[in-house]
Amino acid sequence: MTGWTADEIMTVTASRTLAGRTSCFVGIGLPSTAANLARRTCSPDLALIYESGAIGAKPSTLPLSIGDGELAETADAVVTVPEIFNYWLQPGRVDVGFLGAAQIDRRGNINTTVIGEYAHPSVRLPGAGGAPEIAASCKETIVVVRHSPRTLVERLEFITSLGFGDGPGHRAALGLRGRGPVRLITDLGVLEPDPDTCELTLTHIHPGVAVDQVRAATGWPLAVRAELPVTEPPTAAELTALRALTTRSSTRGGGNG
Amino acid sequence: MAELVSLAEGVAELVHDGDAVALEGFTHLIPVAAGQEIIRQGRRDLTLIRMTPDIVYDQLIGAGCAARLVFSWGGNPGVGSLHRFRDAVERGWPRPIEIEEHSHAGMANRYVAGASGLPFAVLRGYVGTDIARHTSTVSTVTCPFTGEVLTAVAALNPDVAVIHAQRADRRGNVQMWGITGVQKEAVLAASRSLVTVEEIVDELDPRPDAVVLPGWVVTAVAEVPRGAHPSYAQGYYDRDNDYYQSWDPISRDRSTFSRWLDEVTAG
Repeated sequence: MTGWTADEIMTVTASRTLAGRTSCFVGIGLPSTAANLARRTCSPDLALIYESGAIGAKPSTLPLSIGDGELAETADAVVTVPEIFNYWLQPGRVDVGFLGAAQIDRRGNINTTVIGEYAHPSVRLPGAGGAPEIAASCKETIVVVRHSPRTLVERLEFITSLGFGDGPGHRAALGLRGRGPVRLITDLGVLEPDPDTCELTLTHIHPGVAVDQVRAATGWPLAVRAELPVTEPPTAAELTALRALTTRSSTRGGGNG
Repeated sequence: MAELVSLAEGVAELVHDGDAVALEGFTHLIPVAAGQEIIRQGRRDLTLIRMTPDIVYDQLIGAGCAARLVFSWGGNPGVGSLHRFRDAVERGWPRPIEIEEHSHAGMANRYVAGASGLPFAVLRGYVGTDIARHTSTVSTVTCPFTGEVLTAVAALNPDVAVIHAQRADRRGNVQMWGITGVQKEAVLAASRSLVTVEEIVDELDPRPDAVVLPGWVVTAVAEVPRGAHPSYAQGYYDRDNDYYQSWDPISRDRSTFSRWLDEVTAG
């Protein structure tokens, strides 16, 4: 038995990808936890940007929503919602967009709108929010989800936010400026787009996880890179920082949605 | 000058059956008390507009006030689904609801166009997604200078905008601060507006970070302390996260929701 949970290594791995970055547009839930952890570990000067208009937020606890009061009180600047999207996101000045997903396909396209037929959905999901333009306009996107065949699916019935579309060249043909989803981080490992096909391929595996287990949890025939490094386990410092963050937050009766 | 009214008078005068009504407030300063007064007064066939329909829209939809919903993200922030919204979309209860959905960037720009007196706004958005295929208010426009094809979204001009702010003075000048979302645009885009405030004061102290809506662009102001609860009003009270959590079991089931509704309409 290891000294950390699957969620913890997912969050720690995601936080490490923010080392050396200047700015991160943060979605709520798993991405927010990882981005806030990065500020406490590898990237203390990272500017956290929330779609509510908080730029450079420095919350002491995990926000329950993207517009918690502490985000505004600790931010370098608070701007209106039209401004956050038009001036800050749209021109492509934000390094990383950090997103979650209800479903993601093998080319990194995301669905957060409906399961089933649009007019008669079996499950109505929350919808787009800020994600379509975050996925389009940040210099690159990182997606954090728990690995499951219901989440990593062969085909989406609705594309809410574009990843690599149909494959190589699709983003460029549509005039999108950002590189798209450069990394998908799950509780089992890390997937990255194949340089030739843009297909999300297993490139790192978390300690103690078997490749077959990842295959079984993926809704498409998963390609695995020949050389498959094992993720560095969380350090004691990372775990301490993460647990302090989540404990402080859960005492407020919060949770992530 | 804005008229100072009670909440009941403001809703009775300004919100009519069949209206397009925008209750805005982005996590902060959500006009919840006004939304519940709309339920209490039994409005029907509303087109409800809101970027982030959350608990108060779940309540309005469950109460059968809405024929249409125009939105960009519908959920209980930090908790999960809106069960009344889902029941209406998935099973047509208590009545079928038509939806028109956008991204946040699209909705924000639609309000900007509405406030600016323009028929549409231009943005880089929606490209490669399936959203535009289901929404007639997203199209494209060619830049006359560069020839680049960009996304256009139709202006949003509600019949009435309802917002909550921290303070107003007796002439109806409204002051709000903290996360101010898209409220200024919603009020300026709408034909009429109702602003509920934490308090009415004799004189507004200037605040460097405040948004001020002069009384002459606001139709009516009502003093409604804690009118944003369970959301928050910066400088007055914090977000009531327990209420958001407790809404989940109440809203999950039609009968528990109906009991909640009976209490609200009786009270």
